[in-house]
Amino acid sequence: MGVKKSDIVLLDDKGLRCDGRKIDQPRRIMIKAGVLKNANGSAYIEFGENKILAGVFGPRDVHPKHLANTDRGILRCRYHMQPFSVSERKNPAPSRREIEISKVIKEALEPAVMLENFPRTVVDIFIEILQADGGSRCAALDAAAVALADAGIPMRDMVSACAAGKVADTIVLDINNEEDQEGQADMPVAYMPNLEKITLIQLDGVLTPQEYEKCVNTAISGCKLVYEIQKKALRDKFFGDESQ
Amino acid sequence: MNVSIIDQLKKKKILSLLKDGQRVDGRAFDEPRPLVVDTGVIPKAEGSARIRLGDTEVVTGVKIQPDKPFPDLGDRGIFICTAEILPLADPNAEPGPPNEDVIELARVVDRGIRESSMIDLTKLVLQKDKSVVGLFVDNSVTDYDGNLFDACSYASVASIMSCKIPKWEMVNDVPTLVDGQVSDPPITTIPVSVTMGKIGDYVIVDPNADEWSCMDARITITTNSNGNICAIQKGGDDGFTLEQLLKCSQISIATGAKIREILKKVSGS
Repeated sequence: MGVKKSDIVLLDDKGLRCDGRKIDQPRRIMIKAGVLKNANGSAYIEFGENKILAGVFGPRDVHPKHLANTDRGILRCRYHMQPFSVSERKNPAPSRREIEISKVIKEALEPAVMLENFPRTVVDIFIEILQADGGSRCAALDAAAVALADAGIPMRDMVSACAAGKVADTIVLDINNEEDQEGQADMPVAYMPNLEKITLIQLDGVLTPQEYEKCVNTAISGCKLVYEIQKKALRDKFFGDESQ
Repeated sequence: MNVSIIDQLKKKKILSLLKDGQRVDGRAFDEPRPLVVDTGVIPKAEGSARIRLGDTEVVTGVKIQPDKPFPDLGDRGIFICTAEILPLADPNAEPGPPNEDVIELARVVDRGIRESSMIDLTKLVLQKDKSVVGLFVDNSVTDYDGNLFDACSYASVASIMSCKIPKWEMVNDVPTLVDGQVSDPPITTIPVSVTMGKIGDYVIVDPNADEWSCMDARITITTNSNGNICAIQKGGDDGFTLEQLLKCSQISIATGAKIREILKKVSGS
């Protein structure tokens, strides 16, 4: 968005990417659970240059009431970008892109949340993008899943998300902003690491069937890396930070 | 979405049929409904199509007009694709601003065509950074029987293939229409989306409204003329295993190839 075509080298002759990473190396990921006082559960994530806050409220009464479901709870999700999160100011009203991302994030988390335990209630997830980089939907999902767990909401599994893509004819893990703009394909994936189910997959860009298979597998390997960081965030919150 | 009691009962029946290898309307699991395509149905639009996918019906028009390019894409024409479920199409559809389902529908249809690079937008520049040709593809669902993703996608593709682009020349920095001259659109590939629903552990192609109302998850995979995958969207409240995802990609390539032949024929190219 708003980036001029440039002459950046996406993959150099040493096999390093424009930000110095190897092809199977994710950006720096830091997650902290329980960062908000009022939310029932919350998390903050830094994923590359992404800085994202997620807060979870509920299970609580549904308003408006007609949305309530008699045999299970409902999940609502709002993914929202701050006007200052991108180089050119973003209109604060929800865009069509944000509405779609809110929907796919909700649908990626829904298989994990045991909503059947909470009929007639809602679990609200609010995600605020404070600073956006490539792969913000995956980072947002990672934070939202940790916030759900932090809220003590029963879950079948964690949901971990990471993108893979095609850059300079090579399948790489975790696409950054430049690679998203200039690269050939971007595939965000969310995965339940223990149930081995893919709960979100999207693709922009052309892949052969062989590349598609490799790309899904690469993204899943990234999700597994993220899963370890999510677990550590929750361990640090509930059992104290062992590294300090 | 709220699942009604009727939908729950329907799901039981549909699942028990699937266990016996049958679908409610008697199709095979990987069999889409018959696709009927008419193009040129709205002569005032530069391109148009009415398609029926089973009992789902979509009317799509392409309007073409000069426009300012996007600031960062001064060397490209504009392609914008929208979708709307008309209130007469479905008792549950309401007039007013689009809900999240309709927004997703429009964006998935748009993405399939955009990411396949179906239209060579670099050929639609009148004057770099100043004026370009815009293609506005508006899908209107007129009758609902499930799987609007594919129906709108086929209607968009057919209407783009059948469109004629008027000619403009820059006169004093203003695009001026040259009467009586039109050209074929710069088409590089024919993207075909194939949507599959997952009910229980069964994957079915092109779900109808009954199947749509009770499926656990869905995935839309768009392929291009070379049989490569160019866009994916997963939806619904359940996940897919890796094995199912790979199977879905094979189904979409095979089914997409058949549908591409239908689309090629009607547009006479």
